[in-house]
Amino acid sequence: MFSEAAIKELEAIRDKYPSARGALLPAIYIAQREFGYLSPEAYEAVSAALGVPKATVRGVATFYAMYKHKPMGRHVVQLCTNVSCMILGAEKLVDYLKTKYGLEPGGMTSDGRFSLVIMECIGACGTAPAMLVNDDFYENLTEKYIEEILEKYA
Amino acid sequence: MEKVLLKNIDNPKSTDINEYMKAGGYSSLPKALGMQPKEIVEEVKRAGLRGRGGAGFPVAMKWTFASADPKFPKYLLCNADEGEPGTFKDRPILEKNPHLLIEGMAISGHALKAEYGFIYLRGEYPEAKHILDRAISQAYEKGLLGDNIAGKGVKFHLAVHQGAGAYICGEETALIESLEGDKGQPRIKPPFPVNVGVWSKPTVVNNVETLSNLPYIINVGGEAYAKIGTPDCPGPKLYCISGHVEKPGVYELPMGTILRDLIYTHGGGIRGGKNLKAVIPGGISTPVLPPDKIDCQMDFVNMPKNGSMLGSGAVIVMDESVCLVKVCYRALKFFEHESCGKCTPCREGTGWLRSILGRIENGEGVEGDIEMLLAVSGNIMGKTFCPLGDGAASVVQNFIKHFRPEFEEHIRTKACTAKGQL
Repeated sequence: MFSEAAIKELEAIRDKYPSARGALLPAIYIAQREFGYLSPEAYEAVSAALGVPKATVRGVATFYAMYKHKPMGRHVVQLCTNVSCMILGAEKLVDYLKTKYGLEPGGMTSDGRFSLVIMECIGACGTAPAMLVNDDFYENLTEKYIEEILEKYA
Repeated sequence: MEKVLLKNIDNPKSTDINEYMKAGGYSSLPKALGMQPKEIVEEVKRAGLRGRGGAGFPVAMKWTFASADPKFPKYLLCNADEGEPGTFKDRPILEKNPHLLIEGMAISGHALKAEYGFIYLRGEYPEAKHILDRAISQAYEKGLLGDNIAGKGVKFHLAVHQGAGAYICGEETALIESLEGDKGQPRIKPPFPVNVGVWSKPTVVNNVETLSNLPYIINVGGEAYAKIGTPDCPGPKLYCISGHVEKPGVYELPMGTILRDLIYTHGGGIRGGKNLKAVIPGGISTPVLPPDKIDCQMDFVNMPKNGSMLGSGAVIVMDESVCLVKVCYRALKFFEHESCGKCTPCREGTGWLRSILGRIENGEGVEGDIEMLLAVSGNIMGKTFCPLGDGAASVVQNFIKHFRPEFEEHIRTKACTAKGQL
């Protein structure tokens, strides 16, 4: 079940839509935050809160790339490798994360500190290569800069 | 040219409503609310405003269709799902000038008699979400959104809906599906959203940049606005340049700026004095151009004549070190990942194209692969629900059209011949 705070938050969001179903995407975001990832309990909570069948919630959630279907590290590194980032060296940064942190695309560090997700363009092409760590943008990346950034995330 | 869309974004407090008002913001809104909805549509028609999302559809025409439909309520949706790789032009408006968009939406809402608006914001812009949410609540506090905006008896409510990472949701009917809480799979048209849109009501979907032109159009009038840019495509345009240029970034320039000037004047030329090899002029799904095709005006009319499209005005510049087989392969990986799976030519075809390009890039290409790429592309083109499949097919066709020897050499030598590591 959702926490009291989450239910309140969801009710406020639901009021913005003419039907409860409209609040499904935001509700899945809330579930992801509450449960860490979209566990069976998370689906249950969304389904109960909006009166939408669990199978529908799952069907919608698995369509979108930013919903997480397995446990994630404490911090999620989201590195773009699309064309503008690629031609400015993003692939070397993927290799760097692998060798320096043991972080594979789609994987997690053994200490549970970081997960790595490869992104399809994050709209930072003019400052490529770029990534998000959780909700924070980092641009004009180099190996050294990545090391400095990741130190900030314990 | 006076800045219209990126005005005052260098002010560190540009997202604050008081700063926006100090610079003259929200002065067009009361003026527009004093006009009849039809008068606003006429003004937009005089301005010649065309949609900035990529299709270039005349805005006044779309609005007229939605207004003519007797069903209520009507919805105004802002497409802020900027997902076309290479595109980052709407981000400065969303993150630095949110009130311009809000004012533009309130004006447009009145023109359409739409009482509800949503900004469909891509999930990858979390910072913009916070900024827009705050800006919207400031506008409510000042009575510039709500049941009686600016005390003029007009109702307009606005909220942000955050997407969750799906390129396809930039397509307007997929966007509508997603806003309704479903998978973002495009609908077949007709019916068009202007008649049967979100929650089956008349709906107008306009791009961020499009809507952000409204305050200026109301302020100076359509006629004065139409003096900017080219006669067929008036107004300012946000061009974004990335890749191997000295000064990448977003540039607000008159519509119809020459591609060469964008790259060499505004973009500062090719990094490190290298040679230009190829340009993708309007986001990844627009046809790639070789260096001898860059003396063309960047607008909705001239780019197609030059063998490409304006798209989102997202210019990706590639120097001689780049392997174009690899770029094409990466683009198809993207299209395969983003295909929504609804129709077979796109769902299956993008995977096959990616697979064949992958083996060519990895030195495992065989004779006949280029013909097979063209055959598969031909079987996607024009046979899908939405333009995603066409985009993927056209990428392959145009890379081969302009750079076929590079593909052939990869297959023949089983190696990459580009000078750099890419």
